[in-house]
Amino acid sequence: MWKRIYEWLDERLDLRGLYKNTLDRPEPKGNWWNTLGSATLFLFIVQVATGIFLATYYTPSPDHAYDSITYIMTDVRFGWLIRGIHHWAATLMVILVFVHMVRVFATASFKYPRELTWLIGMGLLLLTFLMGFTGYLLPWTQRSYWATTVGTQIAGTVPFIGPFILKVLRGGTDLSALTLQRFFSAHIWMLPVALGALIAVHIYLIARQGESYWPRKED
Amino acid sequence: MGVFRGGPEGAAVADHDVSRRDFIKVTTTIVGGAIAAGLGVPAIVYQLDPAFKAGAKEGWVPVGKVADMQIGTPYPFFFTLVQVNGWERTSTGHGGFALRQSEDPNDILVLNSRCTHLACTVNWDAEAQEYICPCHDAVFSKEGAVLSGPPPRPLDQYSPFRVTDAGELEVFF
Repeated sequence: MWKRIYEWLDERLDLRGLYKNTLDRPEPKGNWWNTLGSATLFLFIVQVATGIFLATYYTPSPDHAYDSITYIMTDVRFGWLIRGIHHWAATLMVILVFVHMVRVFATASFKYPRELTWLIGMGLLLLTFLMGFTGYLLPWTQRSYWATTVGTQIAGTVPFIGPFILKVLRGGTDLSALTLQRFFSAHIWMLPVALGALIAVHIYLIARQGESYWPRKED
Repeated sequence: MGVFRGGPEGAAVADHDVSRRDFIKVTTTIVGGAIAAGLGVPAIVYQLDPAFKAGAKEGWVPVGKVADMQIGTPYPFFFTLVQVNGWERTSTGHGGFALRQSEDPNDILVLNSRCTHLACTVNWDAEAQEYICPCHDAVFSKEGAVLSGPPPRPLDQYSPFRVTDAGELEVFF
């Protein structure tokens, strides 16, 4: 029964080919340093899942943002767990993408034909930082308020267009409800969608080109 | 090469029944399943949490001293209730008229001032000895019966109510 369902699906979807090309593809040599990208992908999926759950209770308004998070942490069953995972996985993800980048750099894996994978990876690194930056404001605590004040102020020091960037980031000259709302929309829509799209291309390139060989002494 | 060392070679050792490949598959499935269940079950409980919670709190609300109420004259009272829904507090106002009908401190008619037509608040007109609703000219008698206008039924009564030992009238809400 299950076999027939599987056969039916396989005939149309080529599940075997999919499996072979993604999970069963030949690797140059087993190495834990080559698992950092997968680990980051796992964290991204965890962040999407826990983020979606947090959105059930969180509200991005200056009046209620902090209260809604207090509610998640104290009153909702397992709220502490969902938010705890989101918080710590975010920190870990920033660390992992950075170590992943260092690994790729150290093994010279960014060279031909993988320049595009590297460039997209740079985009992913930037987007991950932006996720951290926008997510930091959402609890609307003193710490997040002033961190965002300082962060946007730094962006505002760009010559000539600085004041313009500052106003775009804050949705005005000062931190306000508009800032919180646009950081929220960036955090849950724009940045994740961009991240997801770039991750898809990143993984496609890896599946297509395979992993790079570990450099030998003579390289 | 120092830090970047390759892993051990992947050949299955002859006297083991399980190949390295199968071991990895089984381990990944078990660990992955444990993570999915460990995260999935709390996530479902988290999502359904409000459904497990008890409804709004009910209790006795003091509305006035019986000694202050004159027999035969409606005594207006108001109280506000604060409801906490998640992170938001909503306060709702309620009011009514306590009408002592005899010397017996428990012989009180506790009317709700919410018009039974469309929930406007009725006012006591002392001259006419009637409750008049400002919205659609509904008129109720002192005891709450409909005299004229659109209301489908008499004024509601707060029930149950009680008089405490200190002489305070309390309604259950």
